[in-house]
Amino acid sequence: MSAAPSQRRIGDVLLKLDRISLAFGGVKALDDVSFEVRSHEIRAIIGPNGAGKSSLLNVINGVYHPSQGAVTYKGTTHRQMRPHEAARQGIARTFQNIALFKGMTVLDNIMTGRTLKMHAGFLFQCLYFGKARSEELAHRRKVEHIIDFLQIEHIRKTPVGRLAYGLQKRVELARALAAEPELLLLDEPMAGMNLEEKEDMCRFILDANDEFGTTIVLIEHDMGVVMDLSDRVVVLDYGRKIGDGSPDEVRRNQAVIDAYLGVRH
Amino acid sequence: MNGAAPPAVADTFPRLLLEHARVRGAQSSVREKNLGIWQSWTWSEAAANVRALACGLAAMGFKRGDHLAIIGDNRPQLYWAIAAAQVLGGVAVPLYQDAIAQEMAYILDDADVRFAVVEDQEQVDKLLEIKGQLSQLGHIVFEDPRGMRHYGQTFLHAYADVQQAGRTFEVSRPEFFSREVSQGSSSDIAIMLYTSGTTGKPKGVCHTHAALIAAARGGCDFDRLGPGDEVLSYLPMAWVGDNLFSYAQALVAGFTINCPESGDTVMIDMREIGPTYYFAPPRVFENLLTQVMIRMEDASRVKRALFHWFLGVARRCGAEILDRKPGVSPLDRLLYALGSVLVFGPLLNVLGMSRIRVAYTAGAAIGPDLFRFYRSIGVNLKQLYGSTETCAYVCLQPDRHIKLDTVGPPAPGVEVRIADDGEVLVRSRALLKEYYRRPDSTAEVFDTQGYFRTGDAGFFDADGHLKIIDRAKDVGKLASGAVFAPNYIENKLKFFPYVKEAVAFGHGRDTVCAFINIDLGAVGNWAERRNLAYSGYSDLAGKSQIYDLIQGCVEKVNAELATDPTVAESQVRRFLILHKELDPDDDELTRTRKVRRGFIADKYAALVDALYAGKSVQHIDTLVKFEDGRSGMIEADVAIRDAAIYPPAPLHKSA
Repeated sequence: MSAAPSQRRIGDVLLKLDRISLAFGGVKALDDVSFEVRSHEIRAIIGPNGAGKSSLLNVINGVYHPSQGAVTYKGTTHRQMRPHEAARQGIARTFQNIALFKGMTVLDNIMTGRTLKMHAGFLFQCLYFGKARSEELAHRRKVEHIIDFLQIEHIRKTPVGRLAYGLQKRVELARALAAEPELLLLDEPMAGMNLEEKEDMCRFILDANDEFGTTIVLIEHDMGVVMDLSDRVVVLDYGRKIGDGSPDEVRRNQAVIDAYLGVRH
Repeated sequence: MNGAAPPAVADTFPRLLLEHARVRGAQSSVREKNLGIWQSWTWSEAAANVRALACGLAAMGFKRGDHLAIIGDNRPQLYWAIAAAQVLGGVAVPLYQDAIAQEMAYILDDADVRFAVVEDQEQVDKLLEIKGQLSQLGHIVFEDPRGMRHYGQTFLHAYADVQQAGRTFEVSRPEFFSREVSQGSSSDIAIMLYTSGTTGKPKGVCHTHAALIAAARGGCDFDRLGPGDEVLSYLPMAWVGDNLFSYAQALVAGFTINCPESGDTVMIDMREIGPTYYFAPPRVFENLLTQVMIRMEDASRVKRALFHWFLGVARRCGAEILDRKPGVSPLDRLLYALGSVLVFGPLLNVLGMSRIRVAYTAGAAIGPDLFRFYRSIGVNLKQLYGSTETCAYVCLQPDRHIKLDTVGPPAPGVEVRIADDGEVLVRSRALLKEYYRRPDSTAEVFDTQGYFRTGDAGFFDADGHLKIIDRAKDVGKLASGAVFAPNYIENKLKFFPYVKEAVAFGHGRDTVCAFINIDLGAVGNWAERRNLAYSGYSDLAGKSQIYDLIQGCVEKVNAELATDPTVAESQVRRFLILHKELDPDDDELTRTRKVRRGFIADKYAALVDALYAGKSVQHIDTLVKFEDGRSGMIEADVAIRDAAIYPPAPLHKSA
């Protein structure tokens, strides 16, 4: 849509996965996968069902610990990183199955995204006094900017459980953005959406990347979306990396075509 | 306001603005909900903003007589832009913000627009798309800078930057602003509003300051609107009503306008603001009522029973209590007061209508049940009549003299006359000056005595209230010479939830006959509750029980028509229920769902002939188009019924 071409500057390597392997008992979910993500980049991970895409995201934000290999994030190499450490270092994510607090309002759900940035003591927060008060106001302001950004003003006070699926997905993105992440992991942000909701979500992802400079790694099945949005694409199949490159390169890659369409044996 | 002495007579909008800034500078002029918080600007701040913007536009080369397009949702900054253009002796041209680029191109070109103030990136993108076709359009000012960082075009300016440039511009020309304001005259064109163009291309309706102020002042005095009032500005700025209620009347009466956060939040914002003065088209009132009813279905049994019982009380005496009519029993008054505490009060609070003193509806016929519902729970809902050309100021219903099917007596300062052919003619100070660059159209709409032809047909009832029946060109005559207004009859039929569409015939005939389309949802529900099995629309439409149901509706309409001598002869003598739903795909309805009477009469000529030939059943084959583009035939034997006719009664009853 934008008339002027986007001037995103793709920067240095932000995240590097080096020969990652992950096994659950005898099942090899990931086998010797290496790739890197540069800052300000939109990086897609695609692959057939069970290819290991979600496992890979889980490795990045520390839910799973790889049996071999290392993750380098912002120049520091971790063998094992726990999820809250990842979050503290600026990695936020959304989930394939929406993981919001259904009984809480949209506003409160997004506020939980700010938890790590709140420093007032428990007692002060209970009393809503002193630093807790000024802090709450500052955080609310930030959250309101995100509500405005994602155009969900009309559901601000609605409990999440009452919302349509597409909107819940948007709220989840809002909560992830509320953490002001440097690296945002999106697990199938557009699954189950209709065309209009998908278009909206694409715009929000592009805007977040453009406006906040957030680096984005996303898993998506809709090839149209992947090809439009991403700068580079990683293709997984049975836990192995079979392709990596620009959308055009990946589209022409014979191994990728075989994985998706099948080969005659 | 340094230097600008208040003018003796505030007869232009800029002078009114300065007057308010002087008299009530610290009071709220406009509010906008932004980032979840209501931000407010006082009259002084509003005047300062207008001043900075006007000077900024002047610095960019805006001259007297230039046209400034305004595109976006209701925002304080856009209302200020209207005022800024008027300060500089220019003309504001608001456009519908949801129009596509090509529609905008026509108006921007027709109106010779040189400057545009728009809300956001979305509107900028639209203008960039068509800028190549518009040689005149020189500068675009955008209010919301979001997403605009990468736009390098030199003709794009941020609103705040223009204001800053204006403040700098003024440093060396301190007299500039007051001089510009003092040069303005009340006979200058203040605004140009485009007609919707249902008949031909849109035309630019030019209004002077004097006309708009006359209409606004008339309305404000009529309903005693003053500085304490609050309105919610949520209807499109390009529509004459918003211009009157949110701009002209606000500047005349000095009340506060409130801009909602977005189109989706209007209901929530309305509840937070609690406007005292409110306007909505009938469909908004209808949607609200439907939502209330649906949510009451989910309420607990006790609450539901309470709700329906007290609505019964309200139906019996609510409107009378609102109109302070005598004859309401003390018991009913007591029950109504109890209902106010338990049911109506909380309901109005949820709807954001607790503080409403005056509410208006217009634009389409409002159903009597709907109208009565709001009045009975205590909303002073009234109807008005007007159009773009008349500044939406022709007839207003006065408090306590409300009738369901009239639009009230002529408003103060307005002369209304009925032409020989039934057309409503209007003369007042609040009329358009001209259609922009269309002297032939302008000449056409005025008669020799300066009356404006509204194009609507109507008549005065015994109490002097105007009743609008139809577009003048649709009105025909029965063979007896009596007026036949098909739309009027069709609307009356359509007020019944069971009737989805109706088509009345009668021009040049002895009697009136009608086609009915039943509402599949409502009638299907009715049938299910009576264990009446049906397979689809055609089957249901042919059932004799359904005919009985519809006959009841038709006869009620006949009884109503009989009370009015002008239309008493238009009672529906015979009717049939069509075997298929009228559909835009079959060209039977327009895309805006208006019936195409002539086309239908041709297509179903066999049925029309059967109605007038007195047959009781008629076979017909009909070609239909399916959604996938294929077509097929459906055939049916359509039954025809007679309906009871009532003798004309000279009886008059105010509702």
